[in-house]
Amino acid sequence: MKLLVCVSKTPDTTSKIAFTPDGRAFDTSGVQFIMNPYDEWYALVRAIELKEQFGGTVTLINVGPAANDVIIRKGLAIGADDAVRVDLEPNSSLNVAKQIAAYAEGKGYDMILLGKETIDYNGSEIGAMVGEYLGLPFVSFGSHMEVEGNTATIKRDIDGGEEEVTVETPFVISAAKGMAEQRIPNMRGIMMSKRKPITVVPPVPFEDPVHVVQYELPPAKGSVHLVDPENMSELVRLLHEEAKVI
Amino acid sequence: MVLVYIESHKGGFAKSAFETVTYGYKTAQALGTGCTAMCIGKVDAPEELGKYGAEKVIHVSGYETFDNQPYSSIISQVADQIGAKVIVMTNSSRGKALLGRLAAKYNAGSIPGAIALPVVEGDSMKVKKTVFSGKAIATYEITSDMKLISVMGNSIAPEDMGGSASVEEMSVDVPQGRIEVKAVHTVEGSIPLPEADIVVSAGRGMKGPENWGIIEDLASALGAATACSRPVADSDWRPHHEHVGQTGIAIHPNLYIAIGISGAIQHLAGVNNSKVIVVINKDPEAPFFKAADYGVVGDLFEVVPRLTEAVRQFKG
Repeated sequence: MKLLVCVSKTPDTTSKIAFTPDGRAFDTSGVQFIMNPYDEWYALVRAIELKEQFGGTVTLINVGPAANDVIIRKGLAIGADDAVRVDLEPNSSLNVAKQIAAYAEGKGYDMILLGKETIDYNGSEIGAMVGEYLGLPFVSFGSHMEVEGNTATIKRDIDGGEEEVTVETPFVISAAKGMAEQRIPNMRGIMMSKRKPITVVPPVPFEDPVHVVQYELPPAKGSVHLVDPENMSELVRLLHEEAKVI
Repeated sequence: MVLVYIESHKGGFAKSAFETVTYGYKTAQALGTGCTAMCIGKVDAPEELGKYGAEKVIHVSGYETFDNQPYSSIISQVADQIGAKVIVMTNSSRGKALLGRLAAKYNAGSIPGAIALPVVEGDSMKVKKTVFSGKAIATYEITSDMKLISVMGNSIAPEDMGGSASVEEMSVDVPQGRIEVKAVHTVEGSIPLPEADIVVSAGRGMKGPENWGIIEDLASALGAATACSRPVADSDWRPHHEHVGQTGIAIHPNLYIAIGISGAIQHLAGVNNSKVIVVINKDPEAPFFKAADYGVVGDLFEVVPRLTEAVRQFKG
């Protein structure tokens, strides 16, 4: 199977989020960056498992600057064969999708995998966009996938439950929890990753149709109002009369 | 014209459907134009959407099973036919996939999960959404001709204005999808978490899955959905779809009651856009109290049944 896995770079989940004083940009000082967990734990690992089962290749693709090579190397250490980096600092998810689709077009990938969302912009859009640009079906929030011949049987999360679907390759799938188990790269993988190629390609021209103009932090909470644990009627009264939520 | 795509489930509408129509209507007002709604597949009472501001409801039948590929093509055909420049939908699992497809179809700017009405500035539109898993809010500017927005649940109150809509059947020429649905399992009788106004959530402080009865009792007294923290889902005490937090789902109900959850930053990321947060924990040092509006320091096994009783008395 010829597999393409889209990986994104995100701040670590424990990062404190801050912005430049004018609120125009994310303040990256002191922030540790990681591979987006959904891309790494679920999409990439499932792709590697499919390769182990059926043979083939796993290629990583990232849209970003040279600093992203660190997380791309980690993906190679986990088991991807090679990687492509589209050399662009994108301002919109549509631009990312455009670049991925432009690279993948005509290369005959059986499956394009990615995480269900990135943990920074939480858009959950790229899979559908890539599917649309390439004219491929898109299965979102896959939590389990078995492949037999050209047919994949997938369980996917839907609002309030799950659904079982089948689809023929080629297709695009976004991976959620359950799709695979996280793999920690071993020493051999790390050594081998240094010899695996990262091909840098120039971006195709594309105008971002949307961009961030301002960031802000959510309004700070006042101090907590403690209620006597013996007096839950008081809590109910506060929720009704003061907070007006029940 | 603003086009609003509304999902139906087994022919009916969820509360989010009315929120989304209200959002589309108010966006149309800001633009000085009208709001048309559309539905695909089985719908029992499409005219109901008129109450929330849709002047017309376009209904497309013949596509009963949801697949984002044909559905997005149908929506774009309808949009082109009525000359829509803004398409609004719900930020559900379906809506997210449709939004991405439509963005690629039109090379248009999209906002997945708007939390407030757009601000119209000339030909562009500014829309807010939460980013960094709820830790921040970003204002986006859409500059493309076509503008696409999916609306986060509980971000806008549905407003029944008593209007009525005409219903128009439209036929489209779109190939059926290539994804075949074999089985659907939905949790019957409970409120889907992303839709819920009130969420009762519990963590490791519960000590084991056998103790969840008191959580379910409180949720049922309040008409709330149940949720859990990541360690609880990871230990299989509760199903994964109940897991809220950074790597689970992000929610923003009116009231979030956190029981026996310490409040790790990853958990807070998924819930700190709730309007009101109540924390019940026996450890007064639990970090969650810093993010709470109301706190109860006490043994949850005593406090929760007491709260359930107080809620039942209040509701009579």
